[in-house]
Amino acid sequence: MSKGPLLFDGSEWNFETLDSAYKAIEDIALNELKLDVYPNQVEIISSEQMLDAYSSLGMPLMYNHWSFGKLFAREDTMYRAGYSALAYEIVINSSPCISYLLEENTMTMQALVMAHAAFGHNHFFKNNYLFRQWTNAEGILDYLAFAKRYIAACEERHGHNDVEAVLDSAHALMDQGVFRYSRPPRASKERVAEKQRLRREYEDEAYNDLWRTLPAGLEPAVIESAPDGEGDYSGDMKLPEENLLYFLEKHSPSLKAWQREMLRIVRNLAQYFYPQRQTKVMNEGCATFVHYTIMNLLYDKGLISEGALLEFMHSHTSVVFQPGFDDRRYSGMNPYALGYGMMADIRRICETPTDEDREWFPAFAGSGDWMGVLKDIWANYRDESFIEQFLSPKLMRDFRLFALFDKADEGAIKISAIHNERGYREVRTALARQYDIGSAEPNIQVTGANLSSDRKLFLEHRMYRGIPLHDATKNQVLAHVERLWGHEVVLEETVGP
Amino acid sequence: MTYFIDRRLNPKGKSLANRQRFLRRARTQIREAVQKSLKDSAVADIDKDRKIKISTKGTKEPRFRLDPRASGERDFVLPGNKEFMPGDEIKKPRSGEGGQGGKQAADSGDGEDDFEFTMTQEEVLGIFFEDLELPNLVRTTLKETPTKAWRRAGITTSGSPTQINLVRTMRNAFGRRLALRRPRAEDISAMEQEREELERKEPKSEDVHARIATLKEAIDGATAKRKWIGFIDPIDVRFNSFSEQAIPTSKAVMFCLMDVSGSMGEREKDLAKRFYMLLHLFLKRRYERVDVVFIRHTHDAQEVDEQEFFYSRQSGGTIVSTALDKMLEVQKERYATADWNIYAAQASDGYTQSGDARRCVEMLNEDIMPLCQYYAYIEILDEREMEVFASEDSGAELWRAYRTVTEGWSNFVTKRISKPADIFPVFHELFKKQDAAA
Repeated sequence: MSKGPLLFDGSEWNFETLDSAYKAIEDIALNELKLDVYPNQVEIISSEQMLDAYSSLGMPLMYNHWSFGKLFAREDTMYRAGYSALAYEIVINSSPCISYLLEENTMTMQALVMAHAAFGHNHFFKNNYLFRQWTNAEGILDYLAFAKRYIAACEERHGHNDVEAVLDSAHALMDQGVFRYSRPPRASKERVAEKQRLRREYEDEAYNDLWRTLPAGLEPAVIESAPDGEGDYSGDMKLPEENLLYFLEKHSPSLKAWQREMLRIVRNLAQYFYPQRQTKVMNEGCATFVHYTIMNLLYDKGLISEGALLEFMHSHTSVVFQPGFDDRRYSGMNPYALGYGMMADIRRICETPTDEDREWFPAFAGSGDWMGVLKDIWANYRDESFIEQFLSPKLMRDFRLFALFDKADEGAIKISAIHNERGYREVRTALARQYDIGSAEPNIQVTGANLSSDRKLFLEHRMYRGIPLHDATKNQVLAHVERLWGHEVVLEETVGP
Repeated sequence: MTYFIDRRLNPKGKSLANRQRFLRRARTQIREAVQKSLKDSAVADIDKDRKIKISTKGTKEPRFRLDPRASGERDFVLPGNKEFMPGDEIKKPRSGEGGQGGKQAADSGDGEDDFEFTMTQEEVLGIFFEDLELPNLVRTTLKETPTKAWRRAGITTSGSPTQINLVRTMRNAFGRRLALRRPRAEDISAMEQEREELERKEPKSEDVHARIATLKEAIDGATAKRKWIGFIDPIDVRFNSFSEQAIPTSKAVMFCLMDVSGSMGEREKDLAKRFYMLLHLFLKRRYERVDVVFIRHTHDAQEVDEQEFFYSRQSGGTIVSTALDKMLEVQKERYATADWNIYAAQASDGYTQSGDARRCVEMLNEDIMPLCQYYAYIEILDEREMEVFASEDSGAELWRAYRTVTEGWSNFVTKRISKPADIFPVFHELFKKQDAAA
């Protein structure tokens, strides 16, 4: 391959070197790897701004709430005391795709981070089916701006305490505020909802306290007639409903219009983040695989020095390090390690398969087109299905994975399978299950509400393999549900699958 | 199309609004923690950022979680197998048995985890003052002992030759020479040259003779004029002037005197400490440098470090005057009044050996008060005593004796306190004085 002049030399960066590095990376990403990305917007931020971004769920703007302040205080203290290092980058699933680069990174790290975030994550956001179906990359920043404005206006109007109470309760139900199985409301319906929201806003604004003092019947008709469909709080509730926030927003007998709107904001955010929670391994794996491939190609072309390559390798290996379960550093499976490991393994299977690989992956072993296989995977799988289908025996051996069976009332945990011929499938299925949000998180649904009598609300937790809710937090969250519902709430735990 | 955007210049403190909400939310816990933290910290450290640890009560964010330890069954996968074979069993640690069990219990979060973060000095002071029932912090100037220094005070027409201001003098001279049209030496020599040339000319015409005569006259006139109009005249001369001015001394020393005999308990010492902190804070705002000297006494006084001052105990009687002696000694040795503003704060429970109070008053009136900017005496009582001594006039021996000092010195303040809220009024006197001065 032809050797060009180095893109950069030494560890200092400036905007020219960033730009030339970006162009070289873009060239490889688009023309050689044929990645498909949103337009990029790269922003350089300071460490304090990075902490800021941490504490607002990684978003560039966010409404105000004390829990973000608490997060910031904690991160800030940890960072200053040297307990935790800052992330090199944060990337936002939006169009244009915003990547934050920390100013303290060396030039090599900036190149790595651009390849990782601006092309790896970006490609994944744009192509994975979950993100395509459930999130709206074009609209998210505008929506956040609206949310921030709206909640600030509510604080001004209804007082900090009331707004805080609603947000506290809504945050407690955030995990139960997503549509998992049914599709999100269709676009046409959204437009209807948007119109109604605007109308409610108008009603709120036009509301005149004097009307209250008039005898009944003289009130303006627009307030009298409850909007039908969306706003019909007592109509067909279409039970059971898995999205608790949605249900409360639509049917709670005690909430005011602005409180419903706030639930809607929190629910939309939860839905926006839901795909990220289901694709942690794949998302990070994809980004790590892309940066690894691009950095090596840059070196092959003679665009970066050996020193830069070594610095990159050092950082890369520590990112994909997986300590064993009995290691002091162990804190669960490292999504970077697992995701990158599987994707690098798929490339190996495409290029130099063993007999075992041919037996396990007849569809693509030896095909050579690793990029085609990976792109198909990135587009059409989530963590659970990805692991269930593509975790190879070799990788299980490399990670030395083993499955355990734990029954609460028994005194010992049993090893059910290990990384051997008999155990591969069992280990793989068990690991895939672990990444299935449906079984790793409680399945709580609204089953009924006595709207015509005592207004009691009935929730049901269908226990997966007999695992109940944690008792103390259950009662705390139920208190929040009661606050939003305004009347008694009963949660029943039933034996499920 | 790619944009690089440099966000580093954006304003900082974006999450300040969230922080304020958080501090408001956790107010009770933070207050407790700040008070405790102040109690454990040094007097001079009050206005620093500090780490605060609060319990998570009130700032919990509960979510529905599964509890696989309660009942039910699950499979999970771990990496890093070394020796396990299928069918092997691992004993579970019983709850409360420590080890991993303990760690899991902490993870499950129903325990009161502590939450640690750093508060800025403004936030800490806000909470500190809240308890002391301070009004808004008024910025005031404390009364100060002036020291003298020579400062430039413009230009004068008289002075010693060493202070002559050459630039000014020459400028005045030049202006005067221009105004009076003092002939220039070059002009005169030009005229003389012309005359010489004309005189050398032979034969001389009528015109030439006349011209020579005019030139001679002009040269004589100009030479005479140069004599009258000096190059430098006494009226041109200016001198730099210096005058003596008072400048505030920017150093202060604060003497903390405390009775540490058995009758002063934890509570009393804590109250005294808060008082010292507050005084230190005020001084810190006014002076560039503040020294703190700790003198404790029983029947005998010693200068000690802060740790010993607040935390060690001594047995013995109580002779207050020994502390005053010690203070004078330290002051003479290290803190000359020319350079230092002297503040003293004395805390006691009001008991002293009989006869000693009179000696104290004498020392204060004669030796100490002339040196001090301010002397505060606080008597720490418990609530019950506070009721007994409701009137200012009644009290223990030392109190009654000190009352007489108050009459003579306006910067001598005595106060009884029994709870933190009583401390601030002590400073009232100090504020009042400045208002009058201003």
